[in-house]
Amino acid sequence: MQVTFKLFAMLQDYLPPEGRKDNVLALDLADGTTIQQVIERFALPEKSCKLVLVDGTFVPPAERDTRTLKEGETLAIWPPIAGG
Amino acid sequence: MAWTSKVLRVDLTKGTCKSEPLNMEWAQQYLGQRGLATKYFISEVDPKVDPLSPENKLIMVTGPLTGTMASTGGRYSVVTKGALTGAIACSNSGGYFGAELKFAGWDMIIFEGKSPKPVYLSIENDKVELKDAAGLWGKTVWQTEEIIKKSHQDPQLRVSSIGRAGENGVMYAGIINDLHRAAGRSGVGTVMGSKNLKAVAVRGTLGVGNIKDPRAFMVATMAAKKVLADNAVTGQGLPAYGTQVLMNVINEMGALPTRNHRDVSFEDGRKISAEAMAEKRPTDGKSHLVTNAACFGCTIACGRISKIDETHFSVVNKPEYWGASGGLEYEAAWALGAANGVGDLEALQYANLLCNEDGMDPISFGATVGAAMELYDLGILTKEQIGMEAPFGSAKALCELAEMTVKGEGFGKELGLGSARLCEKYGRPDLSMSVKKQEFPAYDSRGIQGMGLTYATSNRGACHLRSYTVASEVLGIPFKTDPLVTEGKAGLVKAFQDATSVFDSAGVCVFTTFAWSLADLQPQLDAACEGDWTMEKLAEVGERIYNMERLFNNAAGFTAKDDDLPPRLKTEPAKTGPAKGLVNGIDLMRPEYYQLRGWDEQGVPSQETLSRLGL
Repeated sequence: MQVTFKLFAMLQDYLPPEGRKDNVLALDLADGTTIQQVIERFALPEKSCKLVLVDGTFVPPAERDTRTLKEGETLAIWPPIAGG
Repeated sequence: MAWTSKVLRVDLTKGTCKSEPLNMEWAQQYLGQRGLATKYFISEVDPKVDPLSPENKLIMVTGPLTGTMASTGGRYSVVTKGALTGAIACSNSGGYFGAELKFAGWDMIIFEGKSPKPVYLSIENDKVELKDAAGLWGKTVWQTEEIIKKSHQDPQLRVSSIGRAGENGVMYAGIINDLHRAAGRSGVGTVMGSKNLKAVAVRGTLGVGNIKDPRAFMVATMAAKKVLADNAVTGQGLPAYGTQVLMNVINEMGALPTRNHRDVSFEDGRKISAEAMAEKRPTDGKSHLVTNAACFGCTIACGRISKIDETHFSVVNKPEYWGASGGLEYEAAWALGAANGVGDLEALQYANLLCNEDGMDPISFGATVGAAMELYDLGILTKEQIGMEAPFGSAKALCELAEMTVKGEGFGKELGLGSARLCEKYGRPDLSMSVKKQEFPAYDSRGIQGMGLTYATSNRGACHLRSYTVASEVLGIPFKTDPLVTEGKAGLVKAFQDATSVFDSAGVCVFTTFAWSLADLQPQLDAACEGDWTMEKLAEVGERIYNMERLFNNAAGFTAKDDDLPPRLKTEPAKTGPAKGLVNGIDLMRPEYYQLRGWDEQGVPSQETLSRLGL
């Protein structure tokens, strides 16, 4: 299945060069892949995965192990950041 | 005690400057800065005063921690009745001016009356003088600072001034210090301009040596600085990417107001984000962002310093804008960009530079451009009226309209009215995205429900800095709440409003609250300030300040009807994203909020509430 994967701020360094320009990478994943599996595949530090959104909706840390991604969804992750 | 215990009262009509003792009883009840100056203001000014009349007053005020070694202790505020809103106004600024004012030995300056001719106030410790500003009138903020420093032969002067926007009656003119730090909102610069007061130049060499318990204060401030340094947000995220890092977050979650709130996501959001600012440009191989920057005493350093693309159409023949300067911050980038559909980062920075150079709130300006572009899109405003084609997305129109507005030329004069007055004039008041005539900042309240209540009940008109529930609803600080529901938001907003009132009255930056709670601020205040500053006392002070501001607004004529959102946010559901199909539930949240506040159904504090808070 095709999933859109986005990493922002300091995490964008974990994307391959072709993804860094726009913070986005198209992923071809096996059905049933969880958010946690994607995090591990890209070796993202756990403590840096503060804000995890799937199609803009927050996924709590406790659900990352079980939340499977679906065809066409967008997974976006930020480290701890703030603004205002 | 950390207060200097001295107030400078400047009668602009008579041209006199007098020192008077600070009311220490009030200092114990209202702490400083926002709270204490507002207490002075409402005690001296008729709530129904015309904001632009000589009878309005304007107070520049520091907090007890301003100028101390507390992290971010460089803040000062401007308190007045806002020109844009007609409500109580309190605009807070960083930079170095506030600390310098404290070093000169003053807690606050109260300006009253109106000078018969342009003047500026010169302060060198106790030596205070109103000086002729005929040669400064008509100059920009940047020119004014340079001229004053040269004429005083003192490059270490700190200057706070208005630009041409404040002189020309732009209703959302701000007061700029240190070239690009702003007391930006509610038209405090417009009030300053109406008094023929161009600038305040201050040099202070007295320091702040009156801390109650210096040893305890050093221990407390060091511990609090460690909290900021160890926190991933204040220690790493903000210094590296600044506030602008929110652009992609808020856009991804479908809460980025776009094209005057017609849409909730912006297709070009990434092009105007922090990540884009850090990339090398194809034109010159340089990044927009040069470095981060800190205000006085700040150990976070979230500020952005950027260099505009010299080949960009806006500045190609204007080398005066090619140097490194402040911006872009998130709110300005949103208002100048997404709010009117412009995805040209360099154009946003040019408009932002003009706002800094001539003292104009970029939030209200950008959002007013968005309203004008919608009026143009609907055919209500024409190319002939505006003087150019002004469709959503036009970077050229944005830049030209910014130039016209600061100069008060052509249609810029109408943009200077703000969106509420502009849309009213053209028969579509519903198209002003504002509360109490002040434009929304960068969060769509259909996608972040608590911000709807924040905007509606903000005492200074729509504002994110009165209760930043985004911290909880989006970022999980101090705990995560669901942005799409109204349940629990009344209590959340009240808690944020009361706590923020304390931080705004202490002399520190509200951005510390991404890491600090009141429990981190309390030991610093207790060690610095005379009196017993317990957590309970601080909580009560915060609630007292919010209610005091409310009383002023009620007396000024505001009612529960003014605690509301524009019809678009209540009747036009979000088109995309997680909030698709949702409107803001302000009518559900407001009654509970009033109840929690101890206000009646009309938003009037009950006698019991007033008695409990000593009001």
